[in-house]
Amino acid sequence: MDWFINADTTGHKLALMVVAIVLFVAVMGAILFAVDRPKKIPTWVVATGFLAPTVLGLGFGLVYPGLKTIWSSLFDRQGKNYVGLDNYITAFTEEQFQVVLRNTVFWVITVPIAATLIGLVYAVVVDRTRMEALAKTLVFMPMAISMVGASIIWKFVYEYKPNQPGVNQTGLLNQLLVWLGFDPQQFLLNAPANTFYLIVVMVWIQAGFAMTVLSAAIKAIPDDIVEAARLDGLQGIKMFRYITVPSIRPALIVVITTIAMGTLKVFDIVRTMTGGNFNTSVVANEFYKQSFTIRDQGLGAALAVILFVLVIPLVIYNVRQLRLTEEIR
Amino acid sequence: MRSMTRRSYAALATGAAFALILAGCSDSGNKSPDASSTGKVDCAAYKQYGDLKGKTVSVYTSIVDPESKQQTDSYIPFETCTGAKIAYEGSREFESQLPVRLSAKTAPDIAYIPQPGFLKSLVADFPDAVKPAPQAVIDNATKYYSEAWVNYGTVDGKLYATPLGANVKSFVWYSPKEFADNGYTIPTTWDELMTLSQTIADSGRIPWCAGIESGTATGWPATDWLEDVVLRTAGPDVYDEWVNHTIPFNDPKIVEALATVGDVLKNPAYVNGGLGDVQSIATAPWNEAGNGIPAGTCSLMRAANFYQANWATDVTVAEKPQDNGVYAFYLPGKTADDKPLLGGGEFVTAFSDRPEVQAFQAYLSSPEWANEKAKVTGQGWISANSGLDASLLQSPIDIMSYKLLTDPAYTFRFDGSDQMPAAVGAGSFWTEMTDWIATDKSDEAVLTAIEKSWPAS
Repeated sequence: MDWFINADTTGHKLALMVVAIVLFVAVMGAILFAVDRPKKIPTWVVATGFLAPTVLGLGFGLVYPGLKTIWSSLFDRQGKNYVGLDNYITAFTEEQFQVVLRNTVFWVITVPIAATLIGLVYAVVVDRTRMEALAKTLVFMPMAISMVGASIIWKFVYEYKPNQPGVNQTGLLNQLLVWLGFDPQQFLLNAPANTFYLIVVMVWIQAGFAMTVLSAAIKAIPDDIVEAARLDGLQGIKMFRYITVPSIRPALIVVITTIAMGTLKVFDIVRTMTGGNFNTSVVANEFYKQSFTIRDQGLGAALAVILFVLVIPLVIYNVRQLRLTEEIR
Repeated sequence: MRSMTRRSYAALATGAAFALILAGCSDSGNKSPDASSTGKVDCAAYKQYGDLKGKTVSVYTSIVDPESKQQTDSYIPFETCTGAKIAYEGSREFESQLPVRLSAKTAPDIAYIPQPGFLKSLVADFPDAVKPAPQAVIDNATKYYSEAWVNYGTVDGKLYATPLGANVKSFVWYSPKEFADNGYTIPTTWDELMTLSQTIADSGRIPWCAGIESGTATGWPATDWLEDVVLRTAGPDVYDEWVNHTIPFNDPKIVEALATVGDVLKNPAYVNGGLGDVQSIATAPWNEAGNGIPAGTCSLMRAANFYQANWATDVTVAEKPQDNGVYAFYLPGKTADDKPLLGGGEFVTAFSDRPEVQAFQAYLSSPEWANEKAKVTGQGWISANSGLDASLLQSPIDIMSYKLLTDPAYTFRFDGSDQMPAAVGAGSFWTEMTDWIATDKSDEAVLTAIEKSWPAS
């Protein structure tokens, strides 16, 4: 047994890896193979087989912690005394939390609209051009970078050094400003503009996602519709406005709501680039800070619940739109 | 049959892909130090801990690479002589994760807690999890540590934790060559320090550089500034009252101290050499702020002895004037006889009372360990343990820090923000001091905001 637990040399580790892979392939293969064997299985067995793991996982990993969080949001910092809605009152009335909520609103409004708009325009512009594949790859690339990685890259882009002899600019944007004869700027310091400089990072990442989905939707528009519109004299902007956009409306809504959900939960960018300082904090970051750094369990839980409540309508809308689309088809 | 075969291939491929992902996730595992590599160890001093063969003590700390190597190296004699194994785990998320582990009842055997305030709140929140120190540790503590240091590890009259390492924060880094070339002398009073700053400013150069950016902990170097100045303008007694909240955080004496800090940090003629204007202090990374001293864009920076680890590799830390050389002088008090000293340290706290854990606790509070640690550390570590053999320290700054720490002429006080409740010490104190610089918030507004955030209970 010891041989399987403690691997010290590289060769041993490699051997262990091979053993693990073979084991896994064997087990997975056996399962996938066995699934097809019995021809007549009662429906309830199949239903249970598929549903039980999901229900168990959701119940244990989502419903229970969710209810527990709502419950602890009604208690004080150590979770000992019942305080009613005090934590929610704090979250909505104190200035520092109002700033957090305001920033979250900035994020949720700006990112989905900007990312979708950029993605849509880009998808239309490069559609059926010669360099389409290359152009799409370029915009899609940021999706492959982790949020933290992207944040570190952009932190360097924004880096500030004073414009004085003996000091070299290290930030790309400030170097450009200095070359153009302007003074270098503290991009991440002055609120509320700094929040928008952080938003740029999220848009940079999400535009690729929007572009890919929307481009696929555009390609799915039946040629006869496009042709008929063209025969009726539709061109350029009008074609975009009256044919392209209405035809891909379901895809547009899914893209916007999906990005909005991701944006509501944004945490990595803020934490990596400013640590929530200089009035850039958002709900997810503040909830982590209150729960784990300041250890005010009640307030942290209340912020998590607020985030949860904000996401719900988006999820419902998203699911309904998906269903509508399926019905049409 | 064709579809069947294809499905089998798919099954195989999926399985292989999953296995690869899993293999990628698996930890390569930490190798424990090879005990035999240390050669001969005199085990006589370790007899008292008994035979602990086959026992493991888990240690959870905020000390990560490269400093963790010096830690694990210093345990080797203990492991060799007693046969116990120390399972060391360092984490950057230590402060957030330790309470989580305590709530989940998966506590480590021992944790090194850098803040007495954190220790206090852990004892309050998890009274059953934190174990009081055993007799052997109490004996070591009273024998080798000053009363003040013992008190930092004591909660409600019971000793829980003993100091591990110590640091001294009341230092100003400078370039000895610049001082020698310009005929500057080391200031011995606060007024002399201000006169020196003015002299440097008059020569057409910005004297001070400072940076308080530290990711999510941004602002802490500014809290150290204020604490150091409170010790000087208001004195250690007021400092204690302020830290323990028997006077309000925005007491007039503290307002005065913050104004004194502002005379330097918010004075455009004095800051921020090579880094920008006053605001740039908020975005300058604390561990790079001093680079201007060897580069010649600033002259003075207040930072702890542990800043020596942050100098570029081509910078020499020495008192002798030389190119690319830096050194530090004691941040002077009001008068030459007034010598307050600000510092910090970590505290060894146990969450288990198994004999091997208690033995390791006793070892860490003994001079044997302190000396062993000094031997394996190149620079950047001292202890408040009076049994430490100072000749084992290797860096000139460490030697000077240890001298100040053990010199009775200096009045030592522990970092105040580390003793305050987390909502202040790791929360509003940091963020408000950041706002004080970033948005030019007034002294009174900053201190009043922190006072308001002090938890009621």
